[in-house]
Amino acid sequence: MTTTDRTADLFAYTLRLADDAAILGQRLGEWCGHAPTLEEDIGLANVALDHIGQARALYTYAGEVEGEGRDEDQLCFLRHERQFNNCLLVEQPNGDFAQTIVRQLFFSAFMLPLWRELKASKDATLAAIAAKAEKEAAYHVRHSAEWTIRLGDGTTESHERAQAAVDHLWPYTGELFELDGVVERLVAAGIAVDPASLRDEWHATLREVLDEATLRLPPDGWFQTGGRSGRHSESFGHLLSQMQYMQRAWPGLRW
Amino acid sequence: MTEKNTPLWEVFIRSRTGMAHRHCGSVHAADEEMALQAARDVYTRRGEGVSIWVVPSSAIVASDPTEKDVMFEPTASKIYRHPTFYEIPEEVGNM
Repeated sequence: MTTTDRTADLFAYTLRLADDAAILGQRLGEWCGHAPTLEEDIGLANVALDHIGQARALYTYAGEVEGEGRDEDQLCFLRHERQFNNCLLVEQPNGDFAQTIVRQLFFSAFMLPLWRELKASKDATLAAIAAKAEKEAAYHVRHSAEWTIRLGDGTTESHERAQAAVDHLWPYTGELFELDGVVERLVAAGIAVDPASLRDEWHATLREVLDEATLRLPPDGWFQTGGRSGRHSESFGHLLSQMQYMQRAWPGLRW
Repeated sequence: MTEKNTPLWEVFIRSRTGMAHRHCGSVHAADEEMALQAARDVYTRRGEGVSIWVVPSSAIVASDPTEKDVMFEPTASKIYRHPTFYEIPEEVGNM
């Protein structure tokens, strides 16, 4: 393999991690000022800021790997819809509070072991980012798990809404475990984490939480796909138009 | 959400340098675990703490403000209780 191929793979992989974090951060940010309670308003904003912090580090590194002078702002705010490679799960609209919480649980229960394994990456920068993100993900799992348990095992209405969220979002979880050439080659090189190796732990986490929440884990069936190759949900364009407004209206704008 | 479902909790934080937990505010939460999380999310966003206590506000027994004079007035004249009349050797450090 040539250095150029390796560089292209590393750029693509880092960019995916960055896109996942940025888009989920953006979605969670939409709750700011609208959450059911003041405490949760701040709680969700904290999670959003964790993700945006991860995205900044990853975009910056992706730009360095690419070596074409693109910085975090250009990668986050000046790419088009089809150029984003985040998984479909993170871009799903917030829906009700249960949907936001279940989305977070599905994603963070996957990211926690991923960051933990990525700490052993032969790429020192990814390993360093993973070490910081692991602690954040651990809290995200705890926060979303405790809420899922209380919603599921709460009132009739909260149970119904939580189960509806689980059923609705389940088809978007298959994509987390997709393996393509980029990941395959980087796994072989000791740089990336094989998502398949995380599946049992992810499943066990969800089973434990959903059992306690008296919620039903849907059977594996047909799964949505497309995010990793830039094919997104209808709502994604609206998300980008809001997220990218400032840089598009005033290119190069800085704080 | 009603007060009944999400009662009030008093939050105490021990800072990195502090020896004791200090009262810093309150949160509404359904139970102990959620109160801890809410306290963490609301009151430790800027690295304020290394330990949190949450206590149901209803568990706090407070003095009656109307008894303020009875409770606290008698100490006003006992200035000898303040250690300002003593020289503290430097080796003792902070008291």
